[in-house]
Amino acid sequence: MAKKPEKKPEFETPVLGDYTEVPAVTPGSMDHSQPFVAKAAINEAIGFPGELVDNWQEVAVTKLGELVDNSRALRVYLDSCVKCGACTDKCHYFLGTGDPNNMPVARQDLLRSVYRRHYTVAGKYLPKLVGAKDLDEEMLDKWYKYFHQCSQCRRCSVYCPYGIDTAEVSMAAREIMDTIGKGQKYCNEIIGKVHKLGNNLGLPEPALADTLEGLEEDVEEEINVKVKFPLDVKGAEVMLVTPSADFFAEPHIDGLIGYGKVFHQAGISWTLSSHASEAANFGLFIGSVDNMKQVAVRIREAALELGVKRIVFGECGHAWRVAYSFLNTLAGPFDFLDSRYPVPQHIIEVTHDLMEQGRLKLDKSANDDKRVTFHDSCNVARASRMGNKPGGQLTLPRDVIKASCNHFFDMPRDTIGEGTFCCGGGGGLLTDDLLELRVKGAKPRMQALKDVHEQHQVTHMAAICAICKSQFSKVLPYYGFEMDQIISVHQLVGDALVFSADA
Amino acid sequence: MSNSIEVNGKELATDEEGYLENLADWEPGVANVMAEIDDCELTDNHWEVINFLREYYEEYQIAPAVRVLTKAIGKKLGKEYGNGKYLYELYPYGPAKQACKYAGLPKPTGCV
Repeated sequence: MAKKPEKKPEFETPVLGDYTEVPAVTPGSMDHSQPFVAKAAINEAIGFPGELVDNWQEVAVTKLGELVDNSRALRVYLDSCVKCGACTDKCHYFLGTGDPNNMPVARQDLLRSVYRRHYTVAGKYLPKLVGAKDLDEEMLDKWYKYFHQCSQCRRCSVYCPYGIDTAEVSMAAREIMDTIGKGQKYCNEIIGKVHKLGNNLGLPEPALADTLEGLEEDVEEEINVKVKFPLDVKGAEVMLVTPSADFFAEPHIDGLIGYGKVFHQAGISWTLSSHASEAANFGLFIGSVDNMKQVAVRIREAALELGVKRIVFGECGHAWRVAYSFLNTLAGPFDFLDSRYPVPQHIIEVTHDLMEQGRLKLDKSANDDKRVTFHDSCNVARASRMGNKPGGQLTLPRDVIKASCNHFFDMPRDTIGEGTFCCGGGGGLLTDDLLELRVKGAKPRMQALKDVHEQHQVTHMAAICAICKSQFSKVLPYYGFEMDQIISVHQLVGDALVFSADA
Repeated sequence: MSNSIEVNGKELATDEEGYLENLADWEPGVANVMAEIDDCELTDNHWEVINFLREYYEEYQIAPAVRVLTKAIGKKLGKEYGNGKYLYELYPYGPAKQACKYAGLPKPTGCV
């Protein structure tokens, strides 16, 4: 019998208190939360078995062995935890839900206990003594639930005295689950779309061209300047690779308009590519190097095809991690690009450089209707760099914002910078089937926002990540804010740029 | 057990979130039935959005950007309606998602 599509389950939005508040432990409170499992066609399209394979336990344990053999880091993360508890109150999902399995140590232990059972001497012979467990159906069920309640933001790792990286553990668990045919619909469907159409949205070239043409009209109507949003222009100096959300969603598209205005005013020729019309690389979220590679190679192919000299990334958090840390390994060498510029470069770096050179004319008062704070995106803050000084990934975006508006206020110190709280939707969790988790996981950031709202009357929060922007537009109203209080950093820049009449 | 909705005596397959599995199954009754499930009553202005989405999809095989949609609605209904806020009043679950669903289009994916 067919069933009607169910209505979304009701849940209570957490009440905002003091931002440091640690909740009482409520076991099992998020045991019902899990994302849709991908159908066979989706898994198969990205190289995984369609459905749970018959001998899944055996395949999973073998895969785990391969992973620890291939990654010394992962083995160290699994071996070295001493259960000190420093991470327990650092995860936004724990702080928002109180579910003890969302303490990073407990989440890791779901995988660690299986590793112990099969890959340590003590676990093989005396499993009970060392907390070693079999990978049975119940354990797989917990893996699927709780490794999809980790946004791989790595905040816990900052406070871990051993530097254990929970994101790596989560990625490994998801990779193992994909290998046995239990993939997550949201991530895997999206990766398939990138392979097929070049972007997460599934936006074909004619639609992209139409959208960009519309943008040119809008901007000209608004500021009376012919700012171009070029597509597939051979011989341009810069190829901009940006999240496809920048072509589709609000407030993302205002950021895209900002990039266009910056290039226009600086006189830099640039182009977007329909072949690489996506900065995001969800291969990272599922721990699949093969998929990451396939997605990254599109960027190389597009750059060669268009004959550009520089590759610049738009506002996308995890994309910048992949670009900054792995692009060369995945799709390099990029020796055909202009070596005077970073390969690749972030749009914030481009704008920052131009500001330092005095090549942008800005009127900060254009943003006087806003009092602004900045949300550091996890992957930018903790897994990348910008500029040539340590911590540039934290200071450059703030410099750019401060050069574009008069009223800037940071949120409390332990909620920003390298200790930044995830938006609650990162790591492949930005899907409606995880809405409760997303709302609850946003609590720490919402508390910090409330704090600067009360103390400094902050009206807007700027971000440089497509996921953060979509997540906040969705969850802000749950906490009594307006959805349009989240904005793109380059919207501030674009609005502050002054164009003379003859520009 | 698969998901489906019943429209004019026909059982139409949907995905887990209620989006039609087959675009070709769409008929106006689909939007009415889906709206009923959401306790939403479709007015002429709701239909303007649905019709535009379907036209755009037919041409481009994708839903329009939110900005393209607001502009089109502003042209059809008047400037005061051409903004995100009005579209959210019509479709509180988000114009891109809820209206796409009623129009029989696939759900927009990605960081949106």
